[in-house]
Amino acid sequence: MIGPFAYDALLIALPILVLGIVLAPVAVRTGRREWIPVVYSTLYTNFLLVSTATVAMIVALVTHDFSVSYVAQVGSRATPLFYTVISLWGALEGSILFWAWVLALYGSVVVWLNRNRPGNLIPYTALALLAVSLFFGILLVGPANPFHPVFPIPADGPGPNPLLQNHILMGVHPPLLYLGYVGMTVPFAFAVGAMLSGEVARDEWIKLSHRWTLVSWGFLSAAIIAGMWWSYEVLGWGGYWAWDPVENASFLPWLTATAYLHSMVLQERRGMLRLWNVNLVVGTFVLTVLGTFLTRSGIISSVHAFTVGVIGYYFLAFIALVLIAALVMVAGNSDRLRTSGRMDSAASRETVFLLNNLFLTAFMFTVLIGTLFPLIAEAIRGVKVSVGAPFFNRMTLPMIVMLLFLMGVGPALPWRSATAAEMRSKLLPPLVGAFLFCVGALVAGARNFYGVVAFTFVGYAAVANLREYWIGLRARRNAHGEGWATALYRLIRGNQRRYGGYLAHLGLLIAALGVAGSSSFRREREMTMKPGDTLTVAGQTIRLKGVWGREEVQRSVIGATVEVLKNGRVVGVIEPRMNYYPTSDQPVPTPQVRSTIGGDLYLTLMSFDPNGAHATIRAIVQPLVSWIWFGGGVIVLGALIGMLPARRRPNGSLSEPDVVPVRGAVVVETAP
Amino acid sequence: MNWKRSLIAAVTAVPVILLFAWGFTRDPGEIPSPLPGHAAPQFSLDVFAPGQPPLSRPVGDTVRLADLRGQVVVLNFWASWCGACREEHTVLSTTARLYTGRPVHFLGVLYNDSLAAGEAWIAEMGGQSYPSMQDPGARTAIDYGLYGVPETFFIDGDGRVAYKQLGPVTGVGLAHIVDSLIAALPPKPAAPATKSRS
Repeated sequence: MIGPFAYDALLIALPILVLGIVLAPVAVRTGRREWIPVVYSTLYTNFLLVSTATVAMIVALVTHDFSVSYVAQVGSRATPLFYTVISLWGALEGSILFWAWVLALYGSVVVWLNRNRPGNLIPYTALALLAVSLFFGILLVGPANPFHPVFPIPADGPGPNPLLQNHILMGVHPPLLYLGYVGMTVPFAFAVGAMLSGEVARDEWIKLSHRWTLVSWGFLSAAIIAGMWWSYEVLGWGGYWAWDPVENASFLPWLTATAYLHSMVLQERRGMLRLWNVNLVVGTFVLTVLGTFLTRSGIISSVHAFTVGVIGYYFLAFIALVLIAALVMVAGNSDRLRTSGRMDSAASRETVFLLNNLFLTAFMFTVLIGTLFPLIAEAIRGVKVSVGAPFFNRMTLPMIVMLLFLMGVGPALPWRSATAAEMRSKLLPPLVGAFLFCVGALVAGARNFYGVVAFTFVGYAAVANLREYWIGLRARRNAHGEGWATALYRLIRGNQRRYGGYLAHLGLLIAALGVAGSSSFRREREMTMKPGDTLTVAGQTIRLKGVWGREEVQRSVIGATVEVLKNGRVVGVIEPRMNYYPTSDQPVPTPQVRSTIGGDLYLTLMSFDPNGAHATIRAIVQPLVSWIWFGGGVIVLGALIGMLPARRRPNGSLSEPDVVPVRGAVVVETAP
Repeated sequence: MNWKRSLIAAVTAVPVILLFAWGFTRDPGEIPSPLPGHAAPQFSLDVFAPGQPPLSRPVGDTVRLADLRGQVVVLNFWASWCGACREEHTVLSTTARLYTGRPVHFLGVLYNDSLAAGEAWIAEMGGQSYPSMQDPGARTAIDYGLYGVPETFFIDGDGRVAYKQLGPVTGVGLAHIVDSLIAALPPKPAAPATKSRS
């Protein structure tokens, strides 16, 4: 029986984790360095055991072993293989198992890569990783045990939640999210390791945590965009972001991690913001725990929330422990976290980074307060309130616009201080982009203030970031006579973090264009049509051809065939559908999108006549939506470039070259 | 380590944790209504579906809540497009007939629907024993803070909303509430309950 076997693996992991947690401080305090590899191997062993359980779960799912409680809960013989495998993260217990596995993977890789590093930083980092793993281990053998034996064994199960087996992105978004979310544990563990080992004043942990933050940040960015895409493709309202508590939960740590990716540069280069950076790293982790708590405890109503039970109290205890431990450690170490550098001038990149951090943190607090407000209001005044999209849109738009502006100014300003001439030569040319985008938006019909301002700042920032590439390329070509491709490759390889960052900026700007375009110019019509009827929205004409139905293995499908017309000719066919799953009374609307670079035509089948005499179709035309997904890809590419291992310098150092000549053109010398 | 500062920092976490702990005692999905215990909003609505004798009222008759003071009112909001309204229809219609002659008035209010569709629905369901009124502009529905249909308000003899049912009513629950409200009515010298209009 695979269930008890897998459960035993999880059970054995607990004393091993405890052993590591006890041994790590003992080994360091008593100076027995030979015990430290034992501490590390507890992490590896935990990884093997949790992997065993995870593989066992997948096997149980695929073989429809309904004696395993989780399989009986989400499995079904009719579900296609792909959706059977990914139902691993389709419900609470499985998602906790997957979470524990990702955490174990991160823990092992982090410790393995740094196992030979001297000092006490890594043993204490391992301690933090072990402690978090222990919490998830306890969940898995207790309240979230997915391997509970079921008797009598059912012949078949209900299958996954219909919404979760309706689109292929369900196989993409959750694992990306876990990789990003759980990955934030790693920089936190480094910070804890630094504080416990008393090495927090040395900047070693910042260098280590930087790359891991970038890895997690890249995954989290991709996950957020994939989640937007999923809700756009599946939910049928043509939107991609609703400020739902769970969406906010994924967004909050992204904001602080983004802030940290910028502020850590100030610590590395200038010795500034030491205490602030520890706070950001710890805060990011606390926010991931908080997000999990909110979405897994049922404390706040959300469309995403899983069903709950006693597990909420475990999470409450965990978040209390993490919060108190983090606050005690940070406050206790605050004396050691003095800033050694100082600001030279207000007109410098440092200023922009500080403002960037200020706005990102304010952004985070705004979203956090909006998310928790229903709870706070009920606790204090006893009234039920709900905080909806209008609050978030109104409160965050000014900050978003400011961040877009800073994204244009930051890359253009040099470190330390800028002369008036430098500022003119760097800050003025992007105004062309601002002007073009502003006029473009006005001509296209944008009239809302923030929409136009957003377009303007996107134009400014896009030119500013592209211009950095251009200046670098031109300098390399002039200095070395390289071709464009070679120059671009060497430019990026010469300073991956910098140019990866600019690329991520560009990706974000592209996505911002998509958001601004689709929200400013959305047009929508709903009509009950007979076959042959046409409907025109924003210049796009569609014609209903017919309504049909068919039986598929795991569901029944009703669909409408709609032709897209251009000058009377059919240029495409869209088939919005409704999927009926046997386990659910409600049909799952399955909109279909015709996507072009310019915009999307989004059709949803609202209702239909059983005899096929008519169908109600909602047609939404949104320009630039696909730019959001494309921008997401560019962001991830930027993150990838930033996290690539730096090329080995001739002197053997692995560190990135310091880009010293920051005034004017940047020429990064690489070894011949 | 600066332990004093650590302690102060740890204390700041306490309210946050207490807030979350308290949150567990709440049901975030619950939809509250300020109405129970308060005076029911007045209405004055015209009958569009007469109902069946002996509970019927003529079409076009105006029903005023104020005229029903001293008796229990069961006010049921419904619509022809509402699936759950079909579920509760038989229960409501039968219970209303069973309570004929008792001091209780069952009244339907058509919500967000056309009169023709409402009449067709009643015919399809095999009739409705009590009258239904139209609510132009859904004014009364708004006054009552309607969340959705079906929704049923139980108004006691003092004109206060005693109870509100969101979603379809069940036979046992309905009879239980109506019985307890009738029992709470002040005793009247004139024995059989009189209707304000006949």
